[in-house]
Amino acid sequence: MQNVVSIKKLSKTYDNDFQALKNITLDIKKNEIIALLGPNGAGKTTMISIICGIVIPTSGSVTVDNFDIIKDYRRTRSLIGLVPQELSLEQFEYVFNNVSYTRGLYGKAPNPSLIEKILKDLSLWDKRHSRINELSGGMKRRVLIAKALSHEPSVLFLDEPSAGVDVELRQEMWQVIKELRNSGVTIILTTHYIEEAEAIADRVAVINKGELLVVDNTSDLVKSMGQKTLLIELHEAIRTLPSKLERYNLTVLNNGLSISYNYDSSSKQTGITSLLQDMKETGLKLKDLNTEQSSLENIFVELVREN
Amino acid sequence: MNFYAIRAIYFHEMDRMRRTIGQSILSPVISTSLYFIVFGSVIGGMIPELDGVSYGSFIVPGLLMLTLLTQSISNSAFGIFFPKFTGSIYEVLAAPVSSFEIIVGFVGASATKSLIVGIIILLTASFFVELKIQYPLLMLFLLVLTCLTFSLFGFLIGLLSNNFEQLQVVPLIIITPLVFLGGSLYTIEMLPEFWQKVSYFNPVVYLINGMRWSFYGASDINIFISVVSLVGFLIACIVGVAIVISKGYGVKT
Repeated sequence: MQNVVSIKKLSKTYDNDFQALKNITLDIKKNEIIALLGPNGAGKTTMISIICGIVIPTSGSVTVDNFDIIKDYRRTRSLIGLVPQELSLEQFEYVFNNVSYTRGLYGKAPNPSLIEKILKDLSLWDKRHSRINELSGGMKRRVLIAKALSHEPSVLFLDEPSAGVDVELRQEMWQVIKELRNSGVTIILTTHYIEEAEAIADRVAVINKGELLVVDNTSDLVKSMGQKTLLIELHEAIRTLPSKLERYNLTVLNNGLSISYNYDSSSKQTGITSLLQDMKETGLKLKDLNTEQSSLENIFVELVREN
Repeated sequence: MNFYAIRAIYFHEMDRMRRTIGQSILSPVISTSLYFIVFGSVIGGMIPELDGVSYGSFIVPGLLMLTLLTQSISNSAFGIFFPKFTGSIYEVLAAPVSSFEIIVGFVGASATKSLIVGIIILLTASFFVELKIQYPLLMLFLLVLTCLTFSLFGFLIGLLSNNFEQLQVVPLIIITPLVFLGGSLYTIEMLPEFWQKVSYFNPVVYLINGMRWSFYGASDINIFISVVSLVGFLIACIVGVAIVISKGYGVKT
């Protein structure tokens, strides 16, 4: 698939010598949803701020649709929409005017019918004549999305779109993001909510301390880096594990009534068959079996800890 | 050239004036009217003519310049500082807009607001004192040039300010004293010789006298020196803003 954003060896060191990004290289494919996952201060916002022209890079290059973000800034910026993390809005302005203002900034002729459609899609049409300071936090965030969409961008950056948003609105926002992707928009979102990345992202890029740790399809990442756990429920509690089972690194749970076994599901030999055979030989009676897949959250925590 | 962006910034800023009409229009008009009432009508009646005009008429160019300078600076300084303060500056920085277009939008709107206030003040003055403008085209030229120059200066202050206190320092501590001591309410000839010489180091003296010359054809300073001084300051502001904005100072990291 064609790359729409290409980041090459991007670094950023702020005036206070804090190195926010260290040699990041990343390609973002057209029409995908990619989640930049990382803890606070990982460098996610710095990265998208550089691409959008708000922060000046120290070294490296970025192209959007094959145009350089510095040399061809007019072309690249007109392709990009940005929803910032903070609710950075002029509080005394009216919703419709404020969204139209952003369209003008991007060099587009006024188009009230398009603004009407965007506001209706985001359930803001009833509030078009309201001042921004009269809106709830969730509505303000939707105004930011409406502003970012007002010039019909093909690449949309969402910086922590669900920060401070209730569960219902978060679900609604995910739906909006998916619909945008279906309409041909490439979405890059930063988040530290793992479930958000799991729910809507095609790919995940994990960033920590300015370094890109891993980039992969969300499902492949879970499959390749995640472990599965086999939970074995026993008929009778055991005090210690039989010596024959020591090589499996089992964990005794639930006052000896359960045993857990971690295995790599992508491996040819998971060891399950031999474990069950050995358990039978030691006389342990099985009551029930269950398997659990480790989540993206486990993987993320593990990656960040290792880093 | 992104004309839609210039238009968007310009009308966005003009809209701010409409929303704050009391602060933008009424406040300077009321305070200037008070000057005309106190200095022009009440005290002015007891002061003999200066440069062949009544004291009330004499102070009109000075008060006009006082308002133009303070309004131009505060309009554009606030215009660029407020989005920095709220964080909404991000959308201007992320838009396909050049530094020149940003300046034209913000400074153009600020200069327009000052021009409107200036014209209203002239109309207000005509209610209190006899108003004659000997060189109306020159007066208009100086009016526009002053609004543009000091709007650029205010834009520079807004860019460099990191808080509201810094925003107020230059207009309150530097500009207002310079205007009051720059011959807005008196001629320099009225001062002792030493202070006359000191006054020539005050750049505002040249601006006020230039404006006064356009009204009455007489002033303490040659009109050409006044115009050249104003153009010189305009160029200095353009260079200053160009350097600051090209480095991204105050808005980009």
